[in-house]
Amino acid sequence: MTQSEPMPPEAPLTPAEEAAVEQEVRQGVLFTTVDKMVNWARRSSLWPATFGLACCAIEMMAMSASRFDIARFGAEVFRASPRQADLMIVSGRVAKKMGPVLKRIYDQMPEPKWVIAMGACASCGGVFNNYSVLQGVDRIVPVDVYVPGCPPRPEQLIHGIMLLQEKIKRDSPTRRGLFRIPGLQRLFGPRPSTAQAGAAQAGPAPTGTRA
Amino acid sequence: MIAAMLRAMGTTLRHLFRRPFTVQYPEEKIPVAPRFKGRHFLVVDDDGLERCVGCELCAVACPADCIYIEPAENTPEERRSPGERYARVYEIHMFRCIFCGYCEEACPEDAIFLGKEYEFSCYTREDGFIYGKDRLNLNVREAARQRPEVLDRLKEESGVYHL
Repeated sequence: MTQSEPMPPEAPLTPAEEAAVEQEVRQGVLFTTVDKMVNWARRSSLWPATFGLACCAIEMMAMSASRFDIARFGAEVFRASPRQADLMIVSGRVAKKMGPVLKRIYDQMPEPKWVIAMGACASCGGVFNNYSVLQGVDRIVPVDVYVPGCPPRPEQLIHGIMLLQEKIKRDSPTRRGLFRIPGLQRLFGPRPSTAQAGAAQAGPAPTGTRA
Repeated sequence: MIAAMLRAMGTTLRHLFRRPFTVQYPEEKIPVAPRFKGRHFLVVDDDGLERCVGCELCAVACPADCIYIEPAENTPEERRSPGERYARVYEIHMFRCIFCGYCEEACPEDAIFLGKEYEFSCYTREDGFIYGKDRLNLNVREAARQRPEVLDRLKEESGVYHL
């Protein structure tokens, strides 16, 4: 509002001035909700953990390289530490011995966190229907998006990430009690009757992943 | 050493002025390779008959065991395929499938083909990753857009299906 002159309070606005004010408001003021803001921030910076298991990891790397370039989705920063990651792309076959490792990496990631099961093996075991391979990574961690394919094309994985962004968009972090400040909770949270049920359900680790 | 460094910098400089080669994926899609194997479809001919005769050779050939077929007999009143039997249930477990194309090679009726679609990620197991005939069946003309080979059979046999 730097360009418009301060008006005397009783003077009515001329139509031209009204239009100018409307223009200013449209350009300079943003109305939104906390939910939308938080979701926007979350889905625009999905940092995956550096966690490649098998041949799908090659396609995952191709996705992050310049040809497909998931920097366009704000997701290019593969963090070497699960503590800094939001997204775990399980790219490949998980042996049963690898299961506890995968679970630990998932547990080390801070909330909110999401999981993409990439490829046939991570989704359900794929061709490896045998004693040593975990039949789907959703047996140990909650999976948000399944990307079939063996391995999926980089585009397919980007499509999976776009689906995940859609899912985050629909999420309501305030309703899930992700803000632990009591006043905020009272302001933005659910009504008292449902608040208790919601808090009991969310427990110590409220998550954006479990629907 | 200086020469090597200059050569390396030359490479860097050359790449600096190249056009970006990022594919803007959701808006712009790379045409897939001619032999790309994507989502399957079952061909339904123009006369409304499914080509699949429920022989289960694809299910046998499948290395991932992702195809489930329940065949049933055709009756004169209700004819679903040109053969004796048709696939009453034809299901493909899309997670399990590794898109190797053995089903297509095994099929004696040229009924199943792997198309060019690849965007079928989903949120939950309940979303329906098991593709039944409702999603697999595809008219031969539409199928020919993805795989022109589906028309070969029509040319070869000129409408006569059986050997």
